Order: sequence, then C-alpha cells, then structure tokens
Amino acid sequence: MQATETTTRATSLTIDGTDVTVPEGTTIWEAARQLGIEIPVLCHDPRLRPVGVCRMCVVDVGERVLAASCVRQCADGMSVVTQSDKLDRCRATLTGLLMSDYPDESRRQVTTADDQLLELAERYGIERGKSALPRGNGRPDDLSSPVIAVDHSACILCDKCIRACNEIQHNDVIGRTGKGYGTRIGFDLDNPMGQSTCVACGECASVCPTGALTNVQLTAPLRPRSALTSVDSLCPYCGVGCTITYHIDPEENTVVYADGRESPGSQERLCVKGRYGFDYSRHPQRLTMPLIRREEFYPKGALSSDVRGARGARRRKKPGGLVDYDEVMPAFREASWDEALDLVAGRLKEIKDTHGSSALAGFGSAKCSNEEAYLFQKLVRAAFGTNNVDHCTRLCHASSVAALLETIGSGAVTNTFGDVGNADVALVAGSNTTANHPVAATFIKDAVHNGTTLIVIDARETGIARHAHHFLQIEPSSDVALYNAMMQVMIEEDLVNHDYIRDFTEGFEELREVVRSYTPEAAERVCGVSADKIREIARVFARAKSALIFWGMGISQHTTGADNARCLISLALLTGNVGRPGTGLHPLRGQNNVQGASDAGLIPMMYPDYQSVADEKVQAKFEKAWGIPLDPKPGLTVVEIIGGALSKEIRGMYMMGENPFLSDPNTNKVRKALAALDFLCVQDIFLTETAEFADVILPASSFFEKTGTFTNTDRRVQVGRKALSSPGEARLDWEIVCDVARRMGYPMAYDSTEEIFEEFTALAPSYAGLTHENLQPTGKLWPCPDPETGDGIQILFGDGFPTPSGRGKFVAAQHQPPAELPDAEYPFVLNTGRLLEHWHTGTMTRRSRALDAIQPQAFCEMHPEDLAELGVETGEPVHLATRRGSIVLAVRASTATPRGNVFLPFHFREAPANILTHDKLDPFGKIPEFKFSAVKVEKAEAASA
Amino acid sequence: MAYPHSHPRETRILSEHFGEIEATTLDGWIERGGYKAVEKALGSMSREQVIEVVKESGLRGRGGAGFPTGLKWSFMPKDDTLPHYLVCNADESEPGTFKDREIMRWTPHQLLEGCIIGSYAIGASHCYIYIRGEFVDVIPVVNQAVVDAYSRGYLGRDILGSGYSLELTVHLGAGAYIAGEETGMLNSLEGRRAEPRIKPPFPAAKGAFGMPTTVNNVESLAVVPHIVTNGGDWYRQWGTEKSSGTKLFSCCGHLQKPGTYEIAMDFNLKDLLYDLCGGPPEGREFKAVIPGGSSVPILAADELDAECSYEGLEAAGSMVGSGGLIAMDDSTNMVHAVRRMVEFYAHESCGQCTQCREGTYWAAKILRRIERGGGREEDIPLLLDISANMAGKTICVLSDSAAAPIVSSIQKFQDDYMALIAKGQHAAVGT
Repeated sequence: MQATETTTRATSLTIDGTDVTVPEGTTIWEAARQLGIEIPVLCHDPRLRPVGVCRMCVVDVGERVLAASCVRQCADGMSVVTQSDKLDRCRATLTGLLMSDYPDESRRQVTTADDQLLELAERYGIERGKSALPRGNGRPDDLSSPVIAVDHSACILCDKCIRACNEIQHNDVIGRTGKGYGTRIGFDLDNPMGQSTCVACGECASVCPTGALTNVQLTAPLRPRSALTSVDSLCPYCGVGCTITYHIDPEENTVVYADGRESPGSQERLCVKGRYGFDYSRHPQRLTMPLIRREEFYPKGALSSDVRGARGARRRKKPGGLVDYDEVMPAFREASWDEALDLVAGRLKEIKDTHGSSALAGFGSAKCSNEEAYLFQKLVRAAFGTNNVDHCTRLCHASSVAALLETIGSGAVTNTFGDVGNADVALVAGSNTTANHPVAATFIKDAVHNGTTLIVIDARETGIARHAHHFLQIEPSSDVALYNAMMQVMIEEDLVNHDYIRDFTEGFEELREVVRSYTPEAAERVCGVSADKIREIARVFARAKSALIFWGMGISQHTTGADNARCLISLALLTGNVGRPGTGLHPLRGQNNVQGASDAGLIPMMYPDYQSVADEKVQAKFEKAWGIPLDPKPGLTVVEIIGGALSKEIRGMYMMGENPFLSDPNTNKVRKALAALDFLCVQDIFLTETAEFADVILPASSFFEKTGTFTNTDRRVQVGRKALSSPGEARLDWEIVCDVARRMGYPMAYDSTEEIFEEFTALAPSYAGLTHENLQPTGKLWPCPDPETGDGIQILFGDGFPTPSGRGKFVAAQHQPPAELPDAEYPFVLNTGRLLEHWHTGTMTRRSRALDAIQPQAFCEMHPEDLAELGVETGEPVHLATRRGSIVLAVRASTATPRGNVFLPFHFREAPANILTHDKLDPFGKIPEFKFSAVKVEKAEAASA
Repeated sequence: MAYPHSHPRETRILSEHFGEIEATTLDGWIERGGYKAVEKALGSMSREQVIEVVKESGLRGRGGAGFPTGLKWSFMPKDDTLPHYLVCNADESEPGTFKDREIMRWTPHQLLEGCIIGSYAIGASHCYIYIRGEFVDVIPVVNQAVVDAYSRGYLGRDILGSGYSLELTVHLGAGAYIAGEETGMLNSLEGRRAEPRIKPPFPAAKGAFGMPTTVNNVESLAVVPHIVTNGGDWYRQWGTEKSSGTKLFSCCGHLQKPGTYEIAMDFNLKDLLYDLCGGPPEGREFKAVIPGGSSVPILAADELDAECSYEGLEAAGSMVGSGGLIAMDDSTNMVHAVRRMVEFYAHESCGQCTQCREGTYWAAKILRRIERGGGREEDIPLLLDISANMAGKTICVLSDSAAAPIVSSIQKFQDDYMALIAKGQHAAVGT
C-alpha cells in the first residue's frame, strides 16, 4: 500500500501442503504453476492484466469466500488448497453453466481443436445434451468481419479479447455491453465487428479460449496445429519484422494460418497484414514460366488499358485492383529457363559491349533477403560493371539515411522501437505509425499508457495522434521552421545540454546562428502552430529525462527531406538524447528488408556496409574479394536511372522485385522511360505494371518459398524460413541472379543462402560474426560483438559517433518552400501515403483475399468542409488533376486531413497516385517529394463532361 | 403527524423533520439547529477527534454491511500527499428500500452536513454524492441544497474560515443496481461500466480515480452531525452494545401502514410489524418477512420475534441489511416471490463473473419452469447446487444476494415448491 516500499520481499506459504517461497506480489496461480500445479483457468493469460472473472481458478485460502488465484496475491503463512471436492464441484458447476448454452459446434473445436472450455467439460464429465438446465435463448452470430468470426453464444465473457484489444494493441474497440445474461462483448457502441473501428489485427481471436472469436478460413480449411507443419519465420510486409509461426498444409502447399511468435521485438503481436495477408503467394496469377515478349508486340509499350492510361479505363468490366492477364498475356510466350536466361544475359552483354557498362542499371528490392540484395548488387557491379544499382529505399528514407550518415556517421537507428518504454518523452514526426508500422505503434501506445509523454507532429491527424499528449498539426512542408523554432527556444531559454554539446558534438555555433531568427512567432506564421505551443513543446522535449524520436515518410519524402531529418538529429544532439536508454533516433523503416538491402549494398554510391565506391582502399578490397576490376564512379539513383532511360543514357535494365511504374513519381514520364529501354528484364512473382514493358519476365519465388536473412528497422537480423515450394518452374531469386551472372561471363556459384551470407558478412564489418545458425531463433541486432551469446548492441553511440572527429555534427537548415506550391489553378496540396491494409503498389495485398476484402477500393480523403464547398458527398467520385496528369476516384470525408489538402493512398493501380506527383528531388538524398504537389479537385461528372 | 405514519414508539433523530417542507431549505434547516455540527467539527475539533467520537458512538454502516463507520474512516492514509475522496452512496436501489430517499427528500442539508464532516475527518478535498438517477424528485432538492450551501460558505474554499476547503459534486447514476456496490460505483463515477472491482485493494487504498477513498451510505453520514453535536455516549443510549443508535426501516408489502420508521436498534421486529406498521391486511396472516432488503434471507412467520439489532436479526437467521422490510402475507406464493427477486438480480448482474451472470439467469429460468408447471423434483437440488456455487465465489456479493432468497425459501417454504411441482406433474399425467 505504501509506495515507499520498493525492495522485493519474499513471501512464504503452503500450496496443497507444499512449502513455497515466492517474491512478494506473486499471485497464487503463478506460485502454483512454479510448483507444477496447474489450476484450471479460462480468463487468465500471463500477458494480460488478471481480472478474475471466470472464477474457474478459485482456490480455498481458508476464508469465507473462495479466492480467484489469478488475482489473489500470496501472503505469508497462507495455506492454499487448489484441489478438493468442494473446489471440483464448484468448477464442474461453473463448466456446466457455461456449457448449457454452448453451441453444438464450437468454431474453435472444429478448426484448430483447442477449445479450452470443451477441454474442461471433458475433464469434469459434462455433456451438454444431458444438462438439467433448460436451453437459453441463445446469443447471435456476427460474421461481418472478413477475417474473424464472432459467435456470441460461444462467448464466456472471459474478457481476454477485451484486454488483448485494449492492453496489447491499444485499439480500444472491444468492451462489454448489456447486463446479466444479456452481457456481450461489443465492438465500439455495439456495432457489428466488420462495421466497427476494428483494425482486424486478430489479437482477440488469438487469445480467445472458446469458439467465440475464431479466424476465418482464408486458404485451406483450418486444422489443429499438430496436424499441420509449423514453420518459424517472419512477416513479409513492413520493417517492424514481426516474428511469425506459419501453419502449413503441405499437400495444399499453402499457409493455413499464422500465429505471432515470441521475440524481443514484436513479442507475439501482429497486425492485419501479418496475420491475414499471407495468401497472395498462392494467387492464380503467380508467374510459373519464364516469358518472352512476342515479336508482334514491338515496339514496346504498355499493354493493359490501366497502364496505357487509356480513357475509360476506369469503366473496365472487371473491378480494379489486378492486372487483367487476358489483356497482357497474349504479348508474351512461355519459354524455357535456358532460352530466357540466354536472352537476358546476351542482350545485357550486348548493350554493355556496344554502349558501355554505364548504359546498364539494376533495381534490387527491399522485399528480397540480405543474400539476394548482396548478390544483386554484386551482379550489377561485377558482371554489369557499373554502380547503377539502387532500390526503393531511395523513395522512402534516402534523405534520412543521407542526413544520418552526414551527421552521426551511421544510417541506421540508434535504438530499438521497443525502448520507447523507457522514454520520458517520445516524439513521432511525420509517421502514420498505426497504419504503417502497426506493431511498433502498439509499443508506443504501451509507453503512453505507462507514462511516456507523446508528442506527435504531422500535417494529418493520424491514428497515433489520438494517443498523443501534444498533437501539432503543422502546415505541410513546414517542418524545418518548426524544429528550428523549437531549437531557438531551447537555446534562448538555456534548456540545452551543455555537457553533451561540449563532449560529443560539433557545429553548435553555426546552428545557433541559423536558428537565431526562427522565433516561435516567426515559425507560427509558417507552421500554423501557435508560438506558445511551440514554446511549450520545446520545453517539454528539452526537459525530458530521456527522449526518443521516431520519424517516417512525412519527414523524408520532401525536396527538403534531408533538412527535415537534420533538424530532428540536431534536436536530439542539442538535448543529449542519444546513446542512453529511452533516447535515440529511429527513422521507422518501411519494407521488411529496407535496412538489410541498404546494408547489403543496393546503393549506387556504396558497397555493402556503407563502404564508399569512391574510396580507393574500399574499391581494392572488393576487387580482391570479387576478383574483377570495379567502377570507381558512383552510380545513378532510382529517379535518375528512369530519367537516364528517357535520355537513352540507360539502355538495359534488370529489375528484381521492383514496380517503379506505380512506385516512382510522375508515372507518365516513367511510362515513356520504360518503353524507351532497349532491353528490360523483370524478375517478379506477378506480372506487374512494370513487367508490361519487359522483354523477358522471369518467375521468381515469394517470401514464403525461400530461406534468407532480413534486417528490420531495429537492425535486428532475422531468418525467414522456407515454408512453401515455388509454383511451376518459378525459381529462387538468388539462383536466377547467379545464372545470369554466369552467362554474362562472371562466375557465381553458391550452394546455399548460408554461403552467400557468409561472404557478405566477411565484407560487412557490422554483420561480422553473424551466421544463419546463431541467428536462431529470434535474430540478433547488428553490431553484435559476441554473436554466440549476445543479442547485439541495442543502444548505439553512448560514447561518441563513427564520424572522422568522433563527434555528432549539427547541420543547420533553412526553411525552404516545397517545389510546387498551390496556385489559383491547382489550389489544393496533394499528400500521398499508405493505408493499414495495403502494401505499396498493391502487388501482394490486393491479391490477399482478406486485405482486399477489407479495403477493396481506391479512394482519397478530404476535409468535409472542402467537400461541402465542392458540392461533393463522401463516396462520390472526384477528378484530381496536376500539371502532369489526372485520375478519378472516390473521395471520403475525413477531418484527419486538414482543409486544403488531399490525402491519396498510392496502392491503387486503377487510380495511380504517381500520375499526379512530380519528380523534383531532394538534392542531398535524391528522394522525390511524394508528400507535396499542387492539385486541382473537381466533381467527377463535371470533369469528364 | 404530517409524515405518513409516525408513531410515538419511534426514536426520531434522523427523521425528526421528515414531512416538514421548510426543513428542506437552508434557512429552515438552520432554524432547526442545522450546521451547528459543521461549525463545531471544523471550528473546534481535529480530524482525529471527529473520527474518535464516531468510533465512540458505535455507529455501523447503514448501507447493508454494517461495518463500523469510524473504523472505516481511520483506514484512510494519514500524512500522504494524495488527494482523498469521500463518496456518498445515494444509489439506493435495493428492492424494498427507500429510507435514503426520505433523508434526501426531507433533510438534504442533514446529509450535506454529514458529507462535510465526513470529508473533513478523512481529509477529502472533494466529495461526490452518487444519486440514483431514477430519483427524479429528490435530485433537484439535493442540487438546490448544494447550491445554497455553497452560497452560504458551507462548501467551497475555506469553509466558515476554518481553513478547510471542500468541493462537492452531485453525480447521477444511469440505472444500474450494481452501481450501488461501492467499487462498481467508483467505476461508474469514473465514467466506466459499473463493474465491481477486485478487492484488495480496498477503496481506502485505491478508490475513486485510484486515490484513497471512503464510500459511506446516506444514512450513515446523515447521523454523523447528531453524534458530533451530542457525543458518542448520547448515541449509545439507544440500541445494544453491538448495535448502537437508531435505524430507519422502510417497510413495504402487505402492511396496513407501510412507511419509513426510525427505531432504536433493540426494537422488536414483531412490534415494528404489528404496532408501527399496523400488521397484515384484515383477515390475513404474515407468511414471510424480509427484514433488510431483498438480499437478506427470508424469515418465516414463526421467526419474527426478534430484536432489530445486527446480532438479533442474525440470530433469527437473517440480517439488518439496508433496513428495507418486505412483508408478505399468506396470499403469497413464495416461488412466485422468489422468482421475481431472482429475475431482478439476473437483470442487474454486471456480467463479469460466470456464476453470477449465468447462475442468476439459469436459476430464474428454473423457477419460471416450476411456476409454469414444468418443474421436476430434481430442480430443488439443482437450484441449491447453483446457489451454492453462486455464494461466496464472486467479485462482489450480488451473486450471494441472489442465492439468499432461493436457499432460504427452499428451506422454509418447500411446500410451495413441491405443490407447484406436483400440480405440474399431475397436469402432465392428466393429458
């Protein structure tokens, strides 16, 4: 009771006659478990706050009232009886009460066969049919969610789903409703689950002990875990890198369902994509044979009406979402691997011989493993002979990485997302965390629940903003002004950490000079946030004992992206918030292997582990390792390569798992560029929009079909394991890369991905010592000085930085407006982004039954008052036009998007966002400004007339 | 003789001014000696002295459990820096109980005085009166009293220059019986579902908004000013050693003069029934009496010669409970009466604990079955089994309350059950 007592005392008691001593505060249930005594319980799970409602775990502690052992704490001298006739009778009657109205068929029992109530019923010999109790009126079914079936008649009100939703995922959707026998779990204000704010993470179904909340069949019929093959692997989607156990039906060659797996990062939590988005890999549109473009389909161009941008494409008969194979397949013929590989190697070699190595380029992918990324950049560098190799990181965090390398000498996070639990203050800037890093968001929400002050700064009121103590809705692209003003306040009011600045930084004076003029009053005019609020936030952040900064695309995807990141880094340096628990810089990485793909060298100016291609010593090291002279000239970046294709500087390309047609800015330009290539090889699992321009398409393997390592946003290197076999003649990506290299005259021979990983780690000091074997079962953080025993270093830079001076550098930035400002003709600001249920260009998620069912249609979001002025109702189509092109799609009213703005998810091929975006780049990170274009909005009928 | 049926054998301390409309106003209350106790307590007594005098009086909680009020107050932490709260439980919802309603309707300032003194004693800076939302006629009376008390400086900053400040908020319930359970009430006060909390921690350690809290019944608080004014010994002149003072009994059912009566706690139940309440209707006999609200065991007609003290009614096989007396004459079928009560509990179960949520529902269903002629002899042991599993195993005592009338009616009025079962079986055979 007294908060002063902090030391943990021991408590001694007897349980069923056995003496036991446990730390004070231990529950009887837990103490009994330690003795090997299992007390039956339905409502308790060690991950959840005990509530003691099922009353199954009651024990006799010699009081008038039986105590629920899951909540009652042990006390000195207590004598506990867990088994007696009285208790058995009590438990049997309870089970009988619950069973009397239980449905004839429990959805859990007929699928995964782990219904805990039926197990108890069996133990106590209770047969529902023989119950003396009359039948109840029953409680209804709710089948409104595409992924979770709700059977209220099987619900025993154990409260686990409520706590899982509220305390693990912090979504606060499920509660109780009604009284007495009419008590039910309810979603929001007792809406059907599918119409509630439920985000379908499935945490509730995963903890439910009965048939009340169960997973819906997505592929093969659900069966008991023991009857399926279990594979410990990872989630294929975002950079959080959640650990998953997939349950496989080997005969059907399909994942049947997925369970969250214990690990230091995700701790068994999953989001809707990880738990329910696994079925894309068995979609009938999977490529199973190499394809070669038929003669009559030259000169090359887009094949499908959507990709052609044909008028009326939006009125296609089939609903949008997928490439219409009937439209595109006739352009290709099936070929043998030998023919296809010969053609690829021959044409690339021919271009190299005629136009030189620099006429070739390759796009790797952050969806592929470290091994594949490493091999791919080796192919381009060693076999093509150029550094023109890049990947989609360029489009997400290139500016962040550039700024981090410049200031603190390392492009990765300095601390893990989970350490937010130790932060006094967390700042989330330009990150729609609940949608894009949902599981990381749960840890931020956890921290808020436990006392961390959360500051969210964003132009949109995102899901995470709802949890913030301070939400600053700034004008789009006003970040530098805001952060400079915060720093101005900190310096002015002497809230900076002088010791840290003196010992660990350089460039403070220059910073002070630049931010001097950024008074809160001046910033208020740019940011739209009051000067008082800016002062308040500056003080809250500066006075924090520890502060952790997260950021996302809202920071990086600007022509001032590097400047935005520099400001955040300066904030951390100014206040000494690096290198201690609860502090650090954490750009939340997008793809599941975006960290690893960069680490492995899919960067035009860097070899693996950020070793500069321009450094002679480094060049010599790699020439020796790879046995071939290498090009010292840094290569072109993604958008530059597309530009190069248009100008014929680039003539031949190899794309492994990238879909630039939808992901790169200014689609109309990309379309021309792709068509202009002399030769394009696309290696992918589906015929993507980009593949329509290919000469050769090579069928690759999905995430589920290969073993390899993936590095998550925390720098955690984890092993993804082969769970399924590839369809048809589809092959492993690394094998295809090796074959192309060999046929181009550069031998590559590996027996396994372990062997590739070994070669990579030998060249990448950060990965030194890591092997597939010692990465079991939950991976390790790099760097990892003691790989056999340690988990790797969680918090970096407690004693300086890997810069030449050993100091972190303040790089001051001046506020600059975005490249294309709204004007009278294009008065709205267009902001592109993502949705929880979809992944990037939709190749995977729109082929996932569940995800597509939840979010089937293209739409954009606008403020209801703007819609009212335009005379458009929510759900009606609007016409969005920029100087580069136009699209038509439905609009949804949302106050999350501020007035004057349009939020547009870029997942939808039938309304491709990048038709509208421009391709001006951040000069430093070479990242396009996806977050800001000037756009015109009109009611659709008026526009098409 | 204005108040419905006052009787010379009553001991009217709390109810002295019942029926006097002027007593509801602040001026009227001051004319009747009101707020003297507040002046005394805040002006000349320390907190400890207030607690001490209440302890001396032997006052026990009038909400049902009978826990000594002074002792409860002394559990509140001392010398801590956390805010303390006093919550007055005015969510009077126990079937058959309407005595708190009378206190608030006729003497709202009597309650406010108790709240102020109680808050002072436990060091509370804020007091909440949680009133049952259905008390539509009482709520404006209490609200007006609070406004008046603020305007005259009995509430708010620096009360009567004593340096003690207290804010008081009247909070309305929204129609859940379980909000009358003290921790259910705290949840409801905080804006949550009125679900009882697991104890420990008890409210004195972690109550409203997680802070040290005392929850007291209206009647317990309303009598405090009298004890402060007159002393503990004065209060002890009535009642017994273990049950001092007076108690309001709200009497209803088959009575000639139903109403709220205040009696010394050593008063005889039979006298209350026959003398004060005028006995059963003409030509009828009492069959059963529930002395303390529907949650306490039923007494049969031959068990009524009992003292109305805590120990006396317990010896008779029941409890003082809330003092909500329900009398039933020989026209009553006990299965019918008990089924109505159990249906009430089934409806009001918060739904947390399995045996309460399911047990009350099934028990009501079985009782209905018996009533309609579909009962079986095995239903009796089945009801007893369910009841045994409901009592003493749940988070709060609602489940125990529902079991009490089932068990006591089967013990004492099994004939009613058997007659219905036999009649049903006979009818079944006949067809």
